[in-house]
Amino acid sequence: MMVDHLRGWQVLLYKEILRFWKVGLQTIAAPVLTAMLYLLIFGHVLGASVQVYPGVSYLAFLVPGLVMMSVLQNAFANSSSSLIQSKIMGNLVFLLLTPLSHWGWFGAYFFSSLLRGLVVGTGVLAVAAFFVPLSFFSFAWVLVFAVLGAGLLASLGVVAGLWAEKFDQMATFQNFILVPMTFLSGVFYSLHSLPPLWLQISRFNPFFYLIDGFRYGFFGQSDVSPWLSLGVAASALALVASLALYLLKIGYKIRA
Amino acid sequence: MTVAIDIQNLRKHYAGASSPALDGVSFAIEEGEFFGLLGPNGAGKTTLINILAGLLSPSSGRIAVQGVDVQAHPSAARRLLGIVPQELVFDPFFTVREALHFQSGYFGVQHNRAWIDDILQGLGLADKADTNMRQLSGGMKRRMLVAQALVHKPPVIVLDEPTAGVDVELRQTLWQFVSDLNKRGHTVLLTTHYLEEAEALCGRLAMMKQGRLLALAATSQLLADCHSQVLSFKTQQTLPAALAAGARVTGRIVHLPLLPGHTLEATLKTLREAGVDITDLEIRKADLEEVFLRVMAGQGMGHNLADERAEGDAA
Repeated sequence: MMVDHLRGWQVLLYKEILRFWKVGLQTIAAPVLTAMLYLLIFGHVLGASVQVYPGVSYLAFLVPGLVMMSVLQNAFANSSSSLIQSKIMGNLVFLLLTPLSHWGWFGAYFFSSLLRGLVVGTGVLAVAAFFVPLSFFSFAWVLVFAVLGAGLLASLGVVAGLWAEKFDQMATFQNFILVPMTFLSGVFYSLHSLPPLWLQISRFNPFFYLIDGFRYGFFGQSDVSPWLSLGVAASALALVASLALYLLKIGYKIRA
Repeated sequence: MTVAIDIQNLRKHYAGASSPALDGVSFAIEEGEFFGLLGPNGAGKTTLINILAGLLSPSSGRIAVQGVDVQAHPSAARRLLGIVPQELVFDPFFTVREALHFQSGYFGVQHNRAWIDDILQGLGLADKADTNMRQLSGGMKRRMLVAQALVHKPPVIVLDEPTAGVDVELRQTLWQFVSDLNKRGHTVLLTTHYLEEAEALCGRLAMMKQGRLLALAATSQLLADCHSQVLSFKTQQTLPAALAAGARVTGRIVHLPLLPGHTLEATLKTLREAGVDITDLEIRKADLEEVFLRVMAGQGMGHNLADERAEGDAA
């Protein structure tokens, strides 16, 4: 057995990976398909009329945004849904009775969700390659922002999974916070095409920096400096990961 | 002997509750004991176990497992404990064997296949090892809860009403397996509603009500201290007032403890004089149910908690 060679927290990580892998049609294939639909529809409707960066077609511009959006959504969905399902089913008690530390819990949910985000992102990218010729300005930047984005949302998923007591609270969090932040982050457009007020508001959205920095890795062009984006993304990750760790440490809503 | 579970002046007051769930409970369970914790719903048994498990913090007081304080050193304490939760919960993603290997791994126990096979065999789960847990019957899920609690070979095993609503076969399988573990030195703490189980299995018993400990003694001592025999019979009629007070009536069946000063002869005479027709007369020794009901009704036991404390102080 695989688990015979793993430490406690690694067993939980392995279990969490197996959990989404076993239902891969729903957790990997479905989000890849969704992203493809976006690409087809927006690419076809707007493809000819919009050009964001000189020399970059709208379809090519759209790909990194959609990949990052899929990474973010799936990293979040993994940790948040695993936790809330376990809470509602009651089987979280099997973990609560173990000696696993808050670091162990966090590590397992973090890395499994990070992995799912990256797997789905890779899937979207691979399928997009059939539609658009892909090229990388700097693969290192692509990878750094993908990992930061997946990590940030994996951590946020832990926070939301601990906080939410019911599925509809989780849906509220997703629909009223996560979806607006994602769609208003420049997945489908460049920030410079926005009216000044929106532009100002978008600068407070950490997702914008993730997508802008990610896109820089593809085209070598971005709305703000990739170093600024790196700073913002890393700080947001540190902040949310610390919060998740703290909540796990005090047993927020899971130990009374 | 060393102490397996040491509970000192444990209190728990839930926010908004009018009375405490645990109101200063103290007792100790020795290593190797098969200990029963009895009490009606709301007595505080599960609260106590949840504090022991580290799922709940006490308002005050302390619990230690083999000398390890569960508040100060939760991880170390959890390694020593195998807790079977009361709720029938399971992880629908995995098979029986997968779940047991994971649970073992969380405790850092590697290469545990032999012991996991033993557990599966002992609990009658061997032929379900590769079945997904959502396909298990209720009874099988209950066995799985026990299996998951035992996977890291904990020295102290806690079973919170493990036989609530399960069939006779499982109860026998389960008790056989747990008794074997007890004989091999594992301490067992059991809460149950089935008094005959407690009577058959537990060497010592504690009885709780409304967050307080009412009695604590060896099972044999509790039964002996009930110092009475019980007259059981059937009748359609109402008992005379002198006897009705002490009797327990279920439909037509009457259980009448023979209190000191009431001989069998005198009791029968009272019944005869009242014109009560009785059938199926039986005389037997008091069982735990009588003890339990008497303790819950607040009638003092010969060997009650005050005596136990006094003995403890003297020792």
